[in-house]
Amino acid sequence: MSEQMLIIDNLKVSAGETTILNGLNLSIGMGEVHVIMGPNGAGKSTLANVLMGHPKYNILDGDIKFQGVSINDLKANERAKLGMFLSFQYPEEIPGITVENFLRSSKAAITDKPLKFMEFRKALKEKMNLLEMKDEYATRFLNEGFSGGEKKKSEILQLLMLEPKLAILDETDSGLDVDAVKIVASGVKQYMNSEHSVIIITHHNNILEYLKPDYVHILMDGQICHSGDINLIKKIEKDGYDSFRA
Amino acid sequence: MNSTNNITKAKNIESSLSKTVNRKMNNEKQKTIIDDLDRGIYDIKDEFDYGFKTESGLTPEIVREISSKKNEPTWMTKFRLKSLQIYNNLEVPPWGPDISELDIDNIITYVKPKTDMKTSWDDVPSEIKNTFTRLGIPQAEHASLAGVGAQYDSEVVYHKLKENLLKQGVIYTDMESALRDYEEVVKKYFMTCVPPSDHKFAALHGAVWSGGSFVHIPEGVHVDIPLQSYFRSNAPGAGQFEHTLIIVEKNASLHFIEGCSAPKYSVNNLHAGCVELFVKENARLRYSTIENWSKNMFNLNTKRCIVEKDGLIEWVSGSFGSKVSMLYPMSVLKGEGARSEFTGVTFAGHGQHLDTGTKVIHAAPYTTSVVNTKSISKDGGSAVYRGSLKVLKSAHHSKATISCESLMMDNISTSDTIPAIALLNDEVDIGHEAKIGRISDDAIFYLMSRGVSEEEARAMIVRGFVEPIAKELPLEYAIEMNNLIKLELEGTIG
Repeated sequence: MSEQMLIIDNLKVSAGETTILNGLNLSIGMGEVHVIMGPNGAGKSTLANVLMGHPKYNILDGDIKFQGVSINDLKANERAKLGMFLSFQYPEEIPGITVENFLRSSKAAITDKPLKFMEFRKALKEKMNLLEMKDEYATRFLNEGFSGGEKKKSEILQLLMLEPKLAILDETDSGLDVDAVKIVASGVKQYMNSEHSVIIITHHNNILEYLKPDYVHILMDGQICHSGDINLIKKIEKDGYDSFRA
Repeated sequence: MNSTNNITKAKNIESSLSKTVNRKMNNEKQKTIIDDLDRGIYDIKDEFDYGFKTESGLTPEIVREISSKKNEPTWMTKFRLKSLQIYNNLEVPPWGPDISELDIDNIITYVKPKTDMKTSWDDVPSEIKNTFTRLGIPQAEHASLAGVGAQYDSEVVYHKLKENLLKQGVIYTDMESALRDYEEVVKKYFMTCVPPSDHKFAALHGAVWSGGSFVHIPEGVHVDIPLQSYFRSNAPGAGQFEHTLIIVEKNASLHFIEGCSAPKYSVNNLHAGCVELFVKENARLRYSTIENWSKNMFNLNTKRCIVEKDGLIEWVSGSFGSKVSMLYPMSVLKGEGARSEFTGVTFAGHGQHLDTGTKVIHAAPYTTSVVNTKSISKDGGSAVYRGSLKVLKSAHHSKATISCESLMMDNISTSDTIPAIALLNDEVDIGHEAKIGRISDDAIFYLMSRGVSEEEARAMIVRGFVEPIAKELPLEYAIEMNNLIKLELEGTIG
């Protein structure tokens, strides 16, 4: 077994009075690509947000370990500094700060080092080309007035620039046309290597044809109820989620 | 058409934060509410030394004394005494923030610094010069300004204009010299735009005004780099009543910058200045202000501009300091095709009540006005937009747009929008938009998930919010505003 990136042990999570995750277990090895699928309302986005440290959720029980360190009590920015990244399902619009300036602040905060201006510029331009984003996006305000597809590209651009160790993609492929899925997938592909792990939360098979996951998990009723390889997806498509219900 | 009043109000919007975070914020808030932030250079007080000052309170004798000390012509002495009479007969406005704490009988109306006006910084007494040096005024003059005036308490201590502008006939001097050297011009314009009968504090101003700047730009002259006057109030318990009179003649243009600050004292100070601007046919004037008074200041300032045919007035206004501000720069669009643009930002912290806005009167056809304001309130501060738009019967084919946005940093701060719109003409195009909101937790989480701290995430959002205004400010003030936002926010989060 490869070195562990993330270990989720018996995680119980509530938002207000409602319990959403109910004893969830999951281990992600270094360099692995995991897919989490499941019916609407199963807790997939909750899992993504809890992993990143959204203050709306309370951890009732269990533990999240990132590279051997318990992160239950860490704030989102501290988790980002350890190397975690969440690509949001609905990225926020932040008026008044440009994509480039934001990425600069973000990168400097994560690395705790001043940036080399030219190097940063060059890298940004490269990644934007890869994602087929026009140069002008660098000077636009972060996600403001971006279309659904542009917002998702902006998330992947941030992923590529910030180079985290673990990327959690929360429905990054939702609402994208076939061409955009391909572009986003190629961005994620560029990120993937033996030291980077990826968790993909999705409803669609489309993106998985490009990304070739190692493991597929089904999240239902706040737990991982079934795990398998890519063949599991075919079974889901054929029989639906109900056939996996315990 | 009848007038429409539209009041939007939002207070104590419920937080959607989780219990844990709420608790945390409350703890930190209790710990960190700061009455007096470290305002750095602004709060350095000079020893209170003066050449002459009046007794507290206001009598005809005091007014005569001020006038005679200044060797004014008789008409001005009479003008002052008449204003005092009006002042005594007028009531404090019944609307707006509570100013009952302001005891005018305890405000010293005139404090003469121990120097006359100089045209070289070397001649300004060193302790006064040091104050302006700390504020960066001589450096800015050297680097990016066409002329500088510096007022210390009641009198102007320095005034200088670049040689090439002098040659083009530009006049930039203090009001006292103007009254002496250009008496007829001053007499023609002085307090015709803002008459003493306008309101109680305009009357007070008419009675005890002192200092301020006089600018005259001759026809067709374009002043490419800005002129700047800086008003510094140092004496405790004193009032500052500077008068600024600017006339931009036909086809001429000017950018004028006004900066204000004062150190904090435990007694209340009063600022009741008056700004009168005359923009002639096809002339342009940009009037930028950053008011950063200390938090014991009652800032009851009156600013007004009359714009002739095809002229343009651009107001850029930043209100940060003071305990109470009532400030509503007004544009009277008198000539056909006249335009007014108002850009304002207000930042009200703990113990501050900043009631700011603008008034526009469309009095001629094809006139245009744009109002764009942003306000931020935190730690129980109150930021109010109070505006008035009036389109007269004669002003057909006029166009007005108003946009006000407010951001509340917490649940104890308040923000109101009170725009009054009166349309006496059907052939007009009016747009009005008001937004009041608070920083969303999801936006903070989004930024934090990219590595920035909660404090920096908030500052980013606030800076982004005021960005459209910041870019209108003169550079050094835009930087100052960003620093101020940082300073003001540092207390919010542990």
